[in-house]
Amino acid sequence: MRFSGKAHKFGNDVNTDYIISGKYKFKTLDMKELAKHVMEDLDPRFYEKVSPGDFIVAGSNFGCGSSREQAPLAIKCAGVGAVLAKSFARIFYRNAINTGLPVVECDTGLIDPGDELEVDLAAGIIANKTKNVEIPVKPLPPVMIKILNDGGLAGHFRKYGGFNFN
Amino acid sequence: MGQTIIEKILSSHSGGPAYANDIVVARVDFVMGQDGTAPLAVRAFHEMGGTEVFDRERVAFVIDHSAPSPNEGVSALHKLMREFSREKGFRLFDIGDGVCHQLIPESGEVGPGCLVIGADSHTCTYGALNAFSTGVGSTDLAGGLISGRMWFKVPETVKFVCNGKLQPGVYSKDLILYLIGEVTADGATYMAAEYVGEAVSAMSQEARFTIANMAVEMGAKAGLMEADDKTFAWLRRFTGRNFAPVAADPDAVYARVLEYDVSGLEPQVAKPHRVDNVAPLSEVAGKPVQQAVIGTCTNGRLEDLRIAAGILGGRKVHRDVRLIVAPASRRVFLDAMAEGIIQSLVEAGAAVVTPGCGPCVGTHNGVPSDGETVISTANRNFKGRMGNSNAEIYLASPAAVAASALTGKITDPREFIQ
Repeated sequence: MRFSGKAHKFGNDVNTDYIISGKYKFKTLDMKELAKHVMEDLDPRFYEKVSPGDFIVAGSNFGCGSSREQAPLAIKCAGVGAVLAKSFARIFYRNAINTGLPVVECDTGLIDPGDELEVDLAAGIIANKTKNVEIPVKPLPPVMIKILNDGGLAGHFRKYGGFNFN
Repeated sequence: MGQTIIEKILSSHSGGPAYANDIVVARVDFVMGQDGTAPLAVRAFHEMGGTEVFDRERVAFVIDHSAPSPNEGVSALHKLMREFSREKGFRLFDIGDGVCHQLIPESGEVGPGCLVIGADSHTCTYGALNAFSTGVGSTDLAGGLISGRMWFKVPETVKFVCNGKLQPGVYSKDLILYLIGEVTADGATYMAAEYVGEAVSAMSQEARFTIANMAVEMGAKAGLMEADDKTFAWLRRFTGRNFAPVAADPDAVYARVLEYDVSGLEPQVAKPHRVDNVAPLSEVAGKPVQQAVIGTCTNGRLEDLRIAAGILGGRKVHRDVRLIVAPASRRVFLDAMAEGIIQSLVEAGAAVVTPGCGPCVGTHNGVPSDGETVISTANRNFKGRMGNSNAEIYLASPAAVAASALTGKITDPREFIQ
């Protein structure tokens, strides 16, 4: 999977309430509707600004807080290609892989707002076109690569009828 | 090689020795979903080819996050949950029953050595019963519903040794806020926390739930405690089942061991808009508040309401403050009525709402207005958490919230405790 787009930068500890507020997420399973409110409390115009394939770039502990899977789903539905962060909260990380939102651990200090990025997930390379630097990526654990390759956990279950990591 | 509590529980549930950083597929003893997460799990259940749940007796849905429904969108999702649970033949706790993290322990299904997944991040609460319980998302929940199993990377453990004695007016909530402030919001990311020491042993079982509940606010996968006589006495109220306690080995390997003396601890608050933005309450004393909330999975138990009533009883809530009380469950509500606690709270001016999560998660039952300040016994104070991003939330103990409701400003509860 390769994506190219612009960096939208956020800080540390972006919690799932900021990604999609509880006041919206309990009302509907329509992710297109929820996507309009993604990151609203941090940047009310985020949904208008983001173009398909763009990246959310954040500091450490991205996705902390609630276990709501609407968070990765709404990000994906808003057209975001991948989330790049120094680290992720564990539940969000699992939810993202399970639902097929690419999440990448890397040194996001090397990225500024608006930088043009090219992310090659298979090769594990992020090219910052604006700064002309390559940023190394912390590889996904093999179990998660397997789940991603099976098309998320739903695909994995359809294929094997349960967990199968052998 | 010695094992931590979580390594032992994951060993017994995966059929072989499990140590930190191993990947295991483990059997789960109980699976729970609530109305913010279960509807997506039902969708995932079908996408994954699910037909039946793995064991009807080991599954529950809880309608607590918007209960009763405040609008038609929520009503449709509640209906979906009711229909799914009826069709698959498992239990559903409906509106008025209470908050999932009070109901699941009260159901008697969870005790020492159990492994529980719940599609709610505060599922870590049952760690206070010496169980490994953790929050998952909706797709993982669906996987658990179908297979009765879940994959885990075995977490490392950070041990918090809490020595000394909490002073009167200082509670388990103050201690956990203090610890979160110390290690920060990602201080234990993907680790299990073990809480031990004489201060933890001295706590009531109800007070211990508050500590385990907030483990996720330091990023932890679990917040575990050892089982003792208090644990078993609490469990006997709800079940006749026997559970074998799980203790860490003396030579267990910890990522970190942190020791604290809690004897000098003052009442604490988490200031807006982060749970780890912790300060002694004295630093913000006098700040006017317009709303006070007592309840939630953190502090809505009988003991919490009793402490609040001890301060509010015979007095009146300040005219500029709305006090909202949400008992954690129907059982807690009934017990509090029988004890006269609800009478005291209502006479003092409290608005008692249906047991549930509403005021904490911003769905209904007390959304603050622009520029208002709320003091709450909840576990999160993120901007917008209560439904308005232009309001500020302070987190504190039930005693501090009760005292602040009386004076209309953030107040040290020790002013009201003899």
